[in-house]
Order: sequence, then C-alpha cells, then structure tokens
Amino acid sequence: MSLYFTKEHEWIRVDGGSATVGISDHAQEALGDIVFVEVPEAGRRVTKGQEAAVVESVKAASDVYAPVSGEVTEGNQAIADDPALVNSDPEGQGWFFKVKLDNPGELDGLMDEAAYRDWVNTL
Amino acid sequence: MSEIYDSATLDKLPLDSWHRARGGRMVPFAGYEMPVQYEGIIAEHLWTRENAGLFDVSHMGQLFIHGRSVDAALERLMPGDFQFAADMKPKYSLLLDDDGGIIDDLMATRRGQDFYVVVNGATKYGDIDYMQRRVPEDIIIDHMRGQALLALQGPRAAEVLEAIIPGVSELGFMQAGPFQWEGRSLWISRSGYTGEDGFEISVPAIVVEQLADAIVAHQLAKPIGLGARDSLRLEAGLPLYGHDLDTKTTPVMAGLTFAINKRRRAGGGFPGAPRILEELDKGPVEKRVGLEIEGRQPVREGALILDGEGNEIGNITSGGFSPSLQRPIAMGYVAAPFAEVDTALKLEQRGKLFDAHVVPMPFVPHRYYRKGAA
Repeated sequence: MSLYFTKEHEWIRVDGGSATVGISDHAQEALGDIVFVEVPEAGRRVTKGQEAAVVESVKAASDVYAPVSGEVTEGNQAIADDPALVNSDPEGQGWFFKVKLDNPGELDGLMDEAAYRDWVNTL
Repeated sequence: MSEIYDSATLDKLPLDSWHRARGGRMVPFAGYEMPVQYEGIIAEHLWTRENAGLFDVSHMGQLFIHGRSVDAALERLMPGDFQFAADMKPKYSLLLDDDGGIIDDLMATRRGQDFYVVVNGATKYGDIDYMQRRVPEDIIIDHMRGQALLALQGPRAAEVLEAIIPGVSELGFMQAGPFQWEGRSLWISRSGYTGEDGFEISVPAIVVEQLADAIVAHQLAKPIGLGARDSLRLEAGLPLYGHDLDTKTTPVMAGLTFAINKRRRAGGGFPGAPRILEELDKGPVEKRVGLEIEGRQPVREGALILDGEGNEIGNITSGGFSPSLQRPIAMGYVAAPFAEVDTALKLEQRGKLFDAHVVPMPFVPHRYYRKGAA
C-alpha cells in the first residue's frame, strides 16, 4: 500500500488497482468544524482534478477533487451521517470514497507522505 | 482551502498579540486582522450559550457626538427618537440615505447633552464622512480611536463581570453607565449581539489587555472568535450590516420598524421619510424572513429563493449551520406575499434545490436580562 497527497490536500491510499481517498489532517484543521459532507455514490465516474465530493464547515463550502480518474466503488456513509468524523480522524475513519483506478500512471506527480508533510509546514 | 490576503494592508487590533497568544486564527475582516476562532466555532458558540464568551469588537467605530442641539441634528440623519431619549439608555438606530436605504445600523446612547454612538467597523469612516457632511458646523463628531471595545456575552456574563467590576450587574438590559476599574474609566452597557444577557465595555486601548486577562482568568469566561459571533447573531435573528442590510434595504423591509417610534412616524424629517412612511402604511415590497432548511447542508448568502413554481422571489443574505439547533438556518429577503410564517419555498445553491419554509425569528429564543425576573 502506498500513500500519496495532492496540493489540494487530498490523500489517496493505493492498494493494487483500487484506492481510498480523503482529506488531510491539515485540510480538516484549516476548514474547522465540519457540518456537512456529500460523498459520491458507487458507480459514479470521477475525473482527476475534478470535483468528486463536497465538504462544508461552519464557515464555508469546499470541493474535494479526485486525485485520480476512475469508478467509485463506495462512498463513506459514516461521514455523511456524522461529518465531525472528518475532523476527528481525517486520514482514517473519515475517508471519503473508494475508487477503482483507470490509470495508475496518474499517481506520478503526487507527493508522498514525507514530501507532503514538509510542504504543509512551509504554508 | 486557505485564503490568501495581503496582511500589510490590514490594521491590527489593540489585542492583536493577545489573540495570537491564545491560538486565535487571524483573518481579514472590516479592514483588520481579527480572530475567527480559537478552539473551534461550534465549541465557542455553545460555550457562549452556556457560560460567558469574550469578544473583541474593537474594530467597531466608537463616536462621541456633541454640540448645540445634537439630538435634533441626529434626528435629521436617523429615524430614532433622540430628543426624548432617556439618559444612559442605548437605542438601536439606522443611518439612512435619501431613498431610505440603510447606510449603517448602530447603537446611540444619550450621555447628558451628548451622544455615544457605536457603528460597524467596515462602515465607520464612511459613516463619519456622511454625518459630518450632514450636520451643522457646531456639531462635533469625535472618533474615539483610543478606546477598545469588548463584549462579554452569555448567561454567566453578569456573574463574571461583577467579580471584576462591582456594580455592573445592577444595570438593566439596554442600560449603560460609567464605571471605574483599576483607576481607569470604563463605559459599560448591558447589551450585545448574541441574544444572550451580556455587556459591552468601552475601555482605553492601553489597558484593554489587562482587562481581557482579568475576564478570561475567570473559569466561566473564554475568548470567542468572529465565527461564533456570526452563528450566534444568526440564531438570534439579528441582521448583519453588509449582508442582511445595505443601501438597497429599508428599515421596513428589514423588519426594524421598532426603531421608528410614534413621534418620528408622525413627524418624519429623517432621510427617506416619504418612502419609509409609505412602506409603514402600505407594507414593503420585500421583507426579511427567517428560513429553516430541510436536510443538513448549509445554504449561504447568495443562494436564490424560489416559489413553488420555480420563480425567483428573493435571495439568501445570511445562512449557515446552527450549532444550537444542529440544523441549517438562513435569513433572506422575499417578495412580501411569501413572507408569511410556514410558507414553503425552494432555495437554489450551486445548481441544487433545497426545501425550506419561513419561520419566525429569533431561531433561538432571546434570553435578555430582565430586572426582577429570576
């Protein structure tokens, strides 16, 4: 399993041809109290760099972008029911959706965990 | 997910370093860097509803207006009854343009022959210019730049402040007076912007840090950011200038007719009086309403309000998630026929439709202090 991050603060944990996507701890911290999440349903196609989910804090609405293209196999109902889970466990139980990758080559150019944490510290 | 701004163009509050030392996340607001939150908006919101929250509102403009017949001069700018205003009783009023549009909303308190006026931070310089152009030359408008302004709000606010400044809990709601603290003069009113009991404290900026420290040293008091200030006032149904009020809205559209008493209605003589008196008589074309929204997703400023057939009949001017009610709430303007309580409406935001209905405001009942009540 490999973990990558985007500059838009999504993470993607890849296991073979499928992956789990969420937002980083830095992202949830920046958003503040999360009160609403909309995750894609199984079967929906997402495109790298395009909106795949919505996350709203008390202050603002933000889009979550797909780090890769592919077909969603599951949206996380747990965070739709309890959005605060994204604040408390963003990189674990607060995952957004699972996706079957179209092209593993799209992972090239994403940051690994060490690079992302270093970059976030410069923000 | 982060905002970029040029902090060099923003002013700093007297408590700037105090906010940062307490973990305040600073954002641009009204030309200042201000704390939007410390530990989190929901926790701060609920703390204020249960205990006492300390807000730094030093960005607001504090004005001292004096001179011969200042009360009559203020009546030519605003629809308030200043000539018969009782001493030390803050009055909510509205600075109006000649079409009856709202230039700002404010609190004005008679202090003997003079008036102490608190205006919004983002509008204060424009307000001062407007007032100076419109008042006789012998009326002086002093901008009290050396004063900071704190608000302590919540059901335990009186208990907290009384321990520091004995006597403040004797003030009735919407009553003000001078107090002494550590040899300094304070001006304190029992008022606020959260729907809770509370106080607003004008304090010399050079000692505001010591006073803020003394207040948060009490275990029932915590610093609260702008984020919770906004969600608290929204639940209390209180309009925010620049969002729910502007020069396109009148006091009648905004449902603020309590600020125009019988004498002023009879006599007129304030900017926009012909239009406002006609709206009072015949009803306004649009009205500000409260809305409850189905589901969990917040609907925010700028969303459209539609009738049952999909016709656009208004727009949302403030909206968000209510921490106390755990649901989305909003306020906005609708064409008058749709302003009745329980009217079912649709809202449109980013291409998505939401079911909503008109509800009375406040969304969360006010709990202002009433003397003699338990």
